[in-house]
Amino acid sequence: MSTISLKVEFGGGLELLFDNQRSHKLTLPARVPLDNSTSSPPSSPPSPQNNEYEGETKPVDVAYLVHWLRHHLLKERAELFMEGDTVRPGILVLINDTDWELEGEGEYVIKNGDEVVFIST
Amino acid sequence: MPRLCALCATQRPILKRPKTGQQICKTCFFHVFETEVHNTIVEAQLFQPGDRVAIGASGGKDSTVLAHVMKTLNDRYNYGLELFLLSIDEGITGYRDDSLETVKQNQKEYNLPLKILSYNELYGWTMDSIVEAVGRKNNCTFCGVFRRQALDRGAAMLGVDHIVTGHNADDVAETVLMNIMRGDIARLGRCTAICTKGEDTIKRSKPFKYTYEKEIVMYAYFKHLTYFSTECIYSPDAYRGHARSFLKLLEAARPSAIIDIIYSGEACEVSEEATKELKERKTCKRCGYMSSNDLCKACTLLEGLERGMASAGITDRGRKQLEASGPAPDGLRTIPFFQMNAQSPSQSAPDDGRDSAPPMPAVVGVEAG
Repeated sequence: MSTISLKVEFGGGLELLFDNQRSHKLTLPARVPLDNSTSSPPSSPPSPQNNEYEGETKPVDVAYLVHWLRHHLLKERAELFMEGDTVRPGILVLINDTDWELEGEGEYVIKNGDEVVFIST
Repeated sequence: MPRLCALCATQRPILKRPKTGQQICKTCFFHVFETEVHNTIVEAQLFQPGDRVAIGASGGKDSTVLAHVMKTLNDRYNYGLELFLLSIDEGITGYRDDSLETVKQNQKEYNLPLKILSYNELYGWTMDSIVEAVGRKNNCTFCGVFRRQALDRGAAMLGVDHIVTGHNADDVAETVLMNIMRGDIARLGRCTAICTKGEDTIKRSKPFKYTYEKEIVMYAYFKHLTYFSTECIYSPDAYRGHARSFLKLLEAARPSAIIDIIYSGEACEVSEEATKELKERKTCKRCGYMSSNDLCKACTLLEGLERGMASAGITDRGRKQLEASGPAPDGLRTIPFFQMNAQSPSQSAPDDGRDSAPPMPAVVGVEAG
């Protein structure tokens, strides 16, 4: 499969930055640019052209997801969600109900059907 | 081979504890979280059986989890406490009305009596009107001072012996940093006390003093507790925000920093020289609440608001302006006189809680030494 479907949830007030929607269903390409660039948004339904990137790629991971959310879903005040290359300190991330620190943080490779939750403290 | 919980070695771990770095499962997490709060309460000897205790409830994550845990521990360990929910309505439209709805929900969920006290009925001003008069820079000072008194008055109305608030380890560490950064020695000496007690004020404790904010959020999430979580609309420029950002960076680099800062704060003893400059505690001439000066802070702030000189009590210039305008005219709105109920025997000796500060309670699940 060349795309991954996942569910993303926001809590602790973060949903306000994302159109006040707590729950989002996303589809991301299975392989993404190494540098986390998100310039070509995946279209739906996915077509072969859009899901293959030129150049160095990696399997889609949480680090990419964070960049993707910032560029495509975040409506305002990016500095409250991201700081530098990762989530702002003070935001907890859970992957399938498990602390992301136990799953490799940004390096965790997302599987089909995964659920990622972002909670602001 | 799948990872197993560091404590029970039977279930899959779901969390890495910032305090200890241990990877533990959901069941063990609930257990250590609740047991450590219980240990904190027991070692600091916070309660006596029969105590009437008011839980300062804002509808936010800390006070919601506090209400849940206090009720759980009271039942589990037979503390014998009578619990109440006490909420303060500062009059911030869109923020406080929503969070009060959450408190009302908590009341039903935990079946505890609830009292709501508003700034409007106590002082005649809402935070909305204060911010209109004062602007957004010093409004937090008003709110903090007014809320502290409001909690005491609400507790006196309920006839409770003790107030508990949801201040967590992150909050206490932030306060230590803030007081250092502002050179506030008097507060630095007091702010790490788990229980503050005075002749004219109700005992006030922080059972979550050693509980990390991250664990409170995780506990609420895994227990599916509902809470209200939006930043106060008036607070973005508050000084505490700087201390908080700094603390979060420190925590990211070394998670035990939070508990270590509290430890440093506890170990700080104010030098003799500095003590001489500290003001003696007296009572306010106008409302009877505790004060370092003739008029307590709340009365000073209120007089400033009523006389259109809102910065009196905040800046030196404002204070001089107020003094220069002569005494307060008759008929100005003031805060009703505050009288503590008759003291119970346990409260006869006033102290600030520091002399008998117990050592930090043991962390559950980690061998000592």
